[in-house]
Amino acid sequence: MSLDKDTVRNIAWLARLKVPEEALDGLAGELSRILDWVEQLDEVDTDGVAPMTSVVDVTLPVRDDAVTDGHHPDRVLVNAPDRVDDYYAVPKVVEQ
Amino acid sequence: MSGLHELTLGAAAEGLSKGEFSSLELTESCLAAMADRRDLNAFVTETPDLARERATASDARRAAGEARGPLDGLPYAAKDLYCTEGVLTTAGSHILDGFVPTYESTVTANLRDAGMVMLGKANLDEFAMGSSNVTSYFGPAKNPWGPRDGRDLVPGGSSGGSAAAVAARLAPAAIGTDTGGSIRQPAAFCGIVGLKPTYGRCSRWGIVAFASSLDQAGPMARRVRDAALLLGGMASHDPKDSTSVPAEVPDYAAALTGDLRGLKIGIPKEYVADGMPGEIRMLWERGADWLKDAGAEVAEVSLPHTRHALPTYYIIAPAEASSNLARYDGVRFGLRVPGDTLEEMYENTRGAGFGAEVRRRVLIGTYVLSAGYYDAYYLKAQRVRARIAEDFRTAFAAVDLLLTPTAPSAAFAIGDKEDDPIAMYLNDVFTVPTSLAGLPGVSVPAGLSADGLPLGLQLIGRPFDETTVLRAAGVLEEAAGFSAVPGMLREDS
Repeated sequence: MSLDKDTVRNIAWLARLKVPEEALDGLAGELSRILDWVEQLDEVDTDGVAPMTSVVDVTLPVRDDAVTDGHHPDRVLVNAPDRVDDYYAVPKVVEQ
Repeated sequence: MSGLHELTLGAAAEGLSKGEFSSLELTESCLAAMADRRDLNAFVTETPDLARERATASDARRAAGEARGPLDGLPYAAKDLYCTEGVLTTAGSHILDGFVPTYESTVTANLRDAGMVMLGKANLDEFAMGSSNVTSYFGPAKNPWGPRDGRDLVPGGSSGGSAAAVAARLAPAAIGTDTGGSIRQPAAFCGIVGLKPTYGRCSRWGIVAFASSLDQAGPMARRVRDAALLLGGMASHDPKDSTSVPAEVPDYAAALTGDLRGLKIGIPKEYVADGMPGEIRMLWERGADWLKDAGAEVAEVSLPHTRHALPTYYIIAPAEASSNLARYDGVRFGLRVPGDTLEEMYENTRGAGFGAEVRRRVLIGTYVLSAGYYDAYYLKAQRVRARIAEDFRTAFAAVDLLLTPTAPSAAFAIGDKEDDPIAMYLNDVFTVPTSLAGLPGVSVPAGLSADGLPLGLQLIGRPFDETTVLRAAGVLEEAAGFSAVPGMLREDS
C-alpha cells in the first residue's frame, strides 16, 4: 500500500494531529514502507480463525452498579491547563 | 565493595534485617550515586525528599519491630510510566508537560505499602514506544557499558533508564513495563535480569497506557532472586484492572531450587534467524547445555508463525496506541497549545506534544482502524495473533519452557537505526511473540559479546507459571556466572 501526501494529510486530520506541510512527503514514504512490510500477513491462512481480543482466558468480571468514588473536583481539576470554577475551559465551541 | 548502593536487592534486604545499616543509609548511598551519574540521564525526576521520608519511616518501623516484610526499606527506581501521587509523571513525552497525578498506580502503591523507597522516575522511550530510549523527550539514557569507539550506547528500551540505573548500581532494582520487549531487551543490553510476567499478573491501573492488550509491569534487578522478590511485591489482583487475575501470588523466591530434573525445554527452530551473529547462536547452545546439566531435557519445537509476529505487533500495538493516546487533547492535563477553535487546539497540542515515533504510530494506528482498512489490517492481525498464540499452546503441550536469545544483537550506538523504523523494530523479534501470546518471559545475562557487551538469554513459560520460569532462570544465572561489570564502573575504581 503506497500512501500519498493527501492520504497522510487526511489520516493526520482523523487523528487530530497537526503535521507540518513539509513533513507530509517524508511521512508518506515511512508509513508506506511500514504498511508494505506488515502486508506480509496476507500470506497467513486465517480462514475460520476468530480474531483474538484478549490473551487472558477469564470472563471479565461484573461489578455492582454503584457509585464508589467521586466528589473530588479539586483533585480532578488540579492539572487542568485552564479552568473556570469547577469546569475545564476550552476555546468557544458554540457560536452565539 | 565501595558503597551500599552496589549491593544487590537481596544483599541489601539481608543487611537491613541484620541491622548492619539503615534504610536511610542505603537510600543516601543510592541518591549520592544517582547525583554522581547524572551523565547517564537514567532519571527524568529524582525524588530525594520522598525517598528520605520513606526510608526514615521504614527505619522507625524496623526499630519498633514492625517491619512489613522482605521489601521494607529497600530502594528502587520506577519507570516514569507509573503514575505517582504528587510526583511529576511524564511518560517521556512533552504532551504530559507538568502532569502531577493525584493518585498512585496499583503496582507502586503495592511497593509503597510493602515499605519500599522510591528513588525517582526513570527515563524511557516516549510512551514506551521504542527499543533504544532515544525517543524520550528528555533525551536518551546512556548504557553504562558504553561507550564503544567513542560513541555512547543505548541502554535498550523502552525501560532504558530503569535498566541503566540498575546496571550502573544507582538502584538495586527497578520496575519497568513491557509491551513487546521493553523490559527484556534493555535488561539484555545492560547485563541485568528483567522479567515480563504473564499478562494479568500485575495490575495495569495507573500505568500510562500504550497498548492495553499487551502492556504488563515487571521487575528489573541484578539477580534472578531479586526479580523474584520484587515481583512478589508488585503482583496482586486489582478490581480496578478487570484483566488482572484473581490468583494467589506465590512465593517466587522459594521457587529457586536449582533443580530442573524432569523439566522439558523447547528450542524453537524458527528463532534461528538469518544473519544471527555466531556469538549469539553459540551462547544459545551453551544455555541449552547448562539447563541439560541441571537435569532438564532439551528438544526442538516449532512455532510456525514466528516471522509473522512483528508485523502483527506493528498493527495491533499502534492501533491500540492511537486509541489510548486520543485522551491527550490539551483539555484536562498536560500541554496545551492554543488554537482559534477547539479542533485547532487539539491539533496544535498533539502536533507539538508528540515526538516523531509516537506520531508515526498514532498515524499508522489511525489508518489501520479507519473505515475500509479495519478488516484488511486490524482484524487480519488479530486473527494472525490467534494463530501465534496457538503455536505456543501447541509447543507447551510438549515442553515446559522455551529458551531463546533475548535480542538479535548487543547494545548499539545512540543514533544507529534512527532513520529506519523497521530496523529498530527488529530488535524485538524474539520478545514480541511472547507478548502477543501474553506469556511470561525473563531475560538473564548469560555472557559477553566479542566487544565485551552483555548478551541475554530468554526463558518463556506457560501462563502464570512464573515460578518455573524463575527456577530455570536461576539455573542459567548460576551456570553463566555473569560477574562482568560495566566499563564506566571499572574506570571509577
